[in-house]
Amino acid sequence: MLALVAAGAVLIVAVVLIVVALVLYLVSVIVALTKITRGLDEVIAGVGEIVQKSAPVNEIVTAINQQLDAGVDALEGLLVKKAGMEDAVGLVDGLYAGAAAVGFRNFPESTTVTPPRIAEIYTKGTLTLARLGREAPIAAANPAGPVLRNVEAGSLAARQLYPDIRQARPEHLPRSPVIGADAPVQYEQREDIGAPRKRLPSRIAATSNGPPASTRDA
Amino acid sequence: MILWWIGDVVLLVVILPVVVYLLRGVLDVAKSIVPSVQEIAVVAAAGSKDLDAAALLLTTQDQATQTIAGVANYGGSLDVILDDAA
Repeated sequence: MLALVAAGAVLIVAVVLIVVALVLYLVSVIVALTKITRGLDEVIAGVGEIVQKSAPVNEIVTAINQQLDAGVDALEGLLVKKAGMEDAVGLVDGLYAGAAAVGFRNFPESTTVTPPRIAEIYTKGTLTLARLGREAPIAAANPAGPVLRNVEAGSLAARQLYPDIRQARPEHLPRSPVIGADAPVQYEQREDIGAPRKRLPSRIAATSNGPPASTRDA
Repeated sequence: MILWWIGDVVLLVVILPVVVYLLRGVLDVAKSIVPSVQEIAVVAAAGSKDLDAAALLLTTQDQATQTIAGVANYGGSLDVILDDAA
């Protein structure tokens, strides 16, 4: 009988131990899952803000890209129209080395053009000035000839392309007039400028010919 | 009687360790998720803060529109001033 009671007691102790272990670990798991839930709530809030803030980005960036594409199309078309395909490719390749291989976006045939060495012979603005008719000797040099200047640093050869007056240093040009309170030549302000006229010319004429009709009637 | 004792031994020696082992594994995995979720929450908040400048895209769009309009006007003037190449 005593052995039976002892076996029952051991069974009860074993069950209690299992239940205690279950309670302890399950409570710990519940605490951990609660922390996870709170963290996921913060994640959902942050992701919601991200979705809300990034919602118009696609539309705006698409609109900006469309506008920039339109600008690129217009400028490419204008450049090719005004400079011609060959010079246009040469200009772009001179500004951005290697760009001729890529060519223009709307002109696939531009990739087959051998770019002339425009940027090595003329300064960047010379061709534009020549198109505008401002004295640039656009035909003075042969693009097939040697390079006229050091494209990285030198400017003397480029300046010599211009007429003599444009080569002159600024100190050789007449000085600009000095104005202001410290100017060597001071001009006194005339008092009659800006002041009310003393007598109108019509009134002078009327006075010399007698009083006006309204005055005489009165 | 002997079977009862054998059942008690099995319960204490086999069942209880197995239960503890399984519960401990679940608890360890649950605890390992907590720091990861907290890091994700911090990253999500930082990402949301980084997107505060996205509203400036509207200003960028306006400026791009104005710039392209200016370039178009400038190109139109050049189209009138300059002769065509061909």
